[in-house]
Amino acid sequence: MSEKGMFGVAGTGDTSGYGGLERQQASANSSQRPYGSYFDDIADQLERAYPEFNDAIERVVVDRGELTLHIKCKKLVEVALILRDQLRFEVCLGVSGVHYPTDLGRELHAVYPLLSMTNNRRIRLEVSVADTDPHIPSLVEVWAGNNWHERETFDMFGIIFDGHPALTRILMPDDWPGHPQRKDYPLGGIPVEYIGATVPAPDDRRSYR
Amino acid sequence: MSTFASSRETTEGRIYSVTGGDWDDVARDIGSAKEERVVVNMGPQHPSTHGVLRLMLELEGETITELRCGIGYLHTGIEKNTEYRTWTQGVTFVTRMDYLSPLFNETAYCLATEKLLNITDQVPERASVIRVLMMELNRISSHMVALGTGALELGAITPMFFAFRERERVLDIFEMVSGLRMNMAYIRPGGVAQNLPSDTVTKIRELVKDLRKNFKDNEKLLVGNSIWLKRTKDVGYLDLAGCITLGVTGPVLRATGMPWDLRKTEPYCGYQDYKFDVITTDTCDVYGRFLIRMQELEQSLRIIEQACDKLDKLNGAPVMVADKKIAWPAQLSLGGDGLGNSLEHIRQIMGTSMEALIHHFKIVTEGFRVPAGQVYAPVESPRGELAAQIVSDGGTRPYRVHFRTPSFSNLQATSAMCEGSLIADVVAAVASIDPVMGDVDR
Repeated sequence: MSEKGMFGVAGTGDTSGYGGLERQQASANSSQRPYGSYFDDIADQLERAYPEFNDAIERVVVDRGELTLHIKCKKLVEVALILRDQLRFEVCLGVSGVHYPTDLGRELHAVYPLLSMTNNRRIRLEVSVADTDPHIPSLVEVWAGNNWHERETFDMFGIIFDGHPALTRILMPDDWPGHPQRKDYPLGGIPVEYIGATVPAPDDRRSYR
Repeated sequence: MSTFASSRETTEGRIYSVTGGDWDDVARDIGSAKEERVVVNMGPQHPSTHGVLRLMLELEGETITELRCGIGYLHTGIEKNTEYRTWTQGVTFVTRMDYLSPLFNETAYCLATEKLLNITDQVPERASVIRVLMMELNRISSHMVALGTGALELGAITPMFFAFRERERVLDIFEMVSGLRMNMAYIRPGGVAQNLPSDTVTKIRELVKDLRKNFKDNEKLLVGNSIWLKRTKDVGYLDLAGCITLGVTGPVLRATGMPWDLRKTEPYCGYQDYKFDVITTDTCDVYGRFLIRMQELEQSLRIIEQACDKLDKLNGAPVMVADKKIAWPAQLSLGGDGLGNSLEHIRQIMGTSMEALIHHFKIVTEGFRVPAGQVYAPVESPRGELAAQIVSDGGTRPYRVHFRTPSFSNLQATSAMCEGSLIADVVAAVASIDPVMGDVDR
């Protein structure tokens, strides 16, 4: 998707045309072989070790020197185990969420950066689920360190990690309503009470509109 | 039970809650109770929990059977806030995460932004050298807090005085260079905010000399000290397998004998051009982590010296990318009324060039655009792998900024380190992780 022209651009508030005004979204297509660097090697190894490769991996994206494997939600644990045990990605550096409200049917993404200390390589796994059914299998059994990270992603995005030993809020109070880092959750928005006056939430103030 | 204890029936039996009162009374009453199972709530306001960390300990006598951390008391929504500001303003937010090593947050954020902009190669060498110089100074000031407060928490007060004396000197340099002692927002996408004042390198060289001498004071106090050894040796044990599965990095990982340092394994900012050693020990305990921090100080000094030599050669070189559509338009300068926008710049945009004025206005208020995509940029902070994971949608503000912070991941290991040990060792174990709660909760 790209938008060109001087006027009518929504979202950034720039109507001057000064910035060149060409907005691009990251490609939704797979990258083509050869991927370059050690990425071909990883893809080859994974295809060999995991016969269901084409079925489980939705697309492979190589961008800015980083490899992202988009994985079908149901196959995540299988792929993770193979990456850990056979491709030696011993360390998972956690998980973070990204909310794409316009990506209908796959609004919530979970992103897992992996590190292989043996081979000094990095890749990234990405799983997407629908807002209406935000269930992703937990990877705590594979990498124990994901425990808190999954709790944080649940807390902030409402992604439910099935099989997590105790999926509770970690940063926000237990009774907090909503998931603050979703795009539809306003910044601020907590009413501060002064006598006879209210403070508008930051996103209600003019400059953020 | 004593009059201080309120009690209530639960599914697990009668529970007594004890708050306040005289500790002798409490201890006497606990001693006479039939059940030995005691749950102690340590923090969030406790002098030795490193900020607002809450530890829930289940005890049998003085032995910990279970430990859980309660975090989130310092959650400030920095990640969310950055989505509402320009890319440059983001630096001002992220620098406040790990407030003991702000320059590492800034560098991770800026490296990620530069990767998204595809200008990693265009960042001037002088800017990279200044970044390295500042980061290593920051590593020293951060390790000084870790060592000083760590010792203080175990009852050794003098090391803290020495450590903070040294730290103060480093912060003076920060103040001289950036105007601020912490949260400087000095490193910016594309370079650094300001060139160094002219006498900085001389001052830093003097400082290095003094620090090298002064570090020995703390070494003499602690290395081999029998009380210190008893409090730290074989305490807070976490081996390599534990570190790997929990994603623990930094000094805790290196104390298992694993020479993992991103400055060597994935050099950024030109670290491949500096000579320094990765310090390891193989004791997996608090003492090993303490030794590593102690010796990393010397390695940082070595890097700082090399950076100073490089800066001498790069005198007068630019400190910001040449691309005017990204670089901050103005440099600050010192006038009669203090530090502010340089008069020369104001004169130019106000008096000579309408276009320059528009340019200044646009880039300062609206900022620059960053092509869509997502990147992950890790740096070796004093606590381990600190990484900025940033998604851009092509706009003038980040779409999503996530920080993979070492304090958050490493703090998870507290349970593994402490369960089965004595309650007094919790303090040592937490101190050896060196968590910064701003970094944990963000």
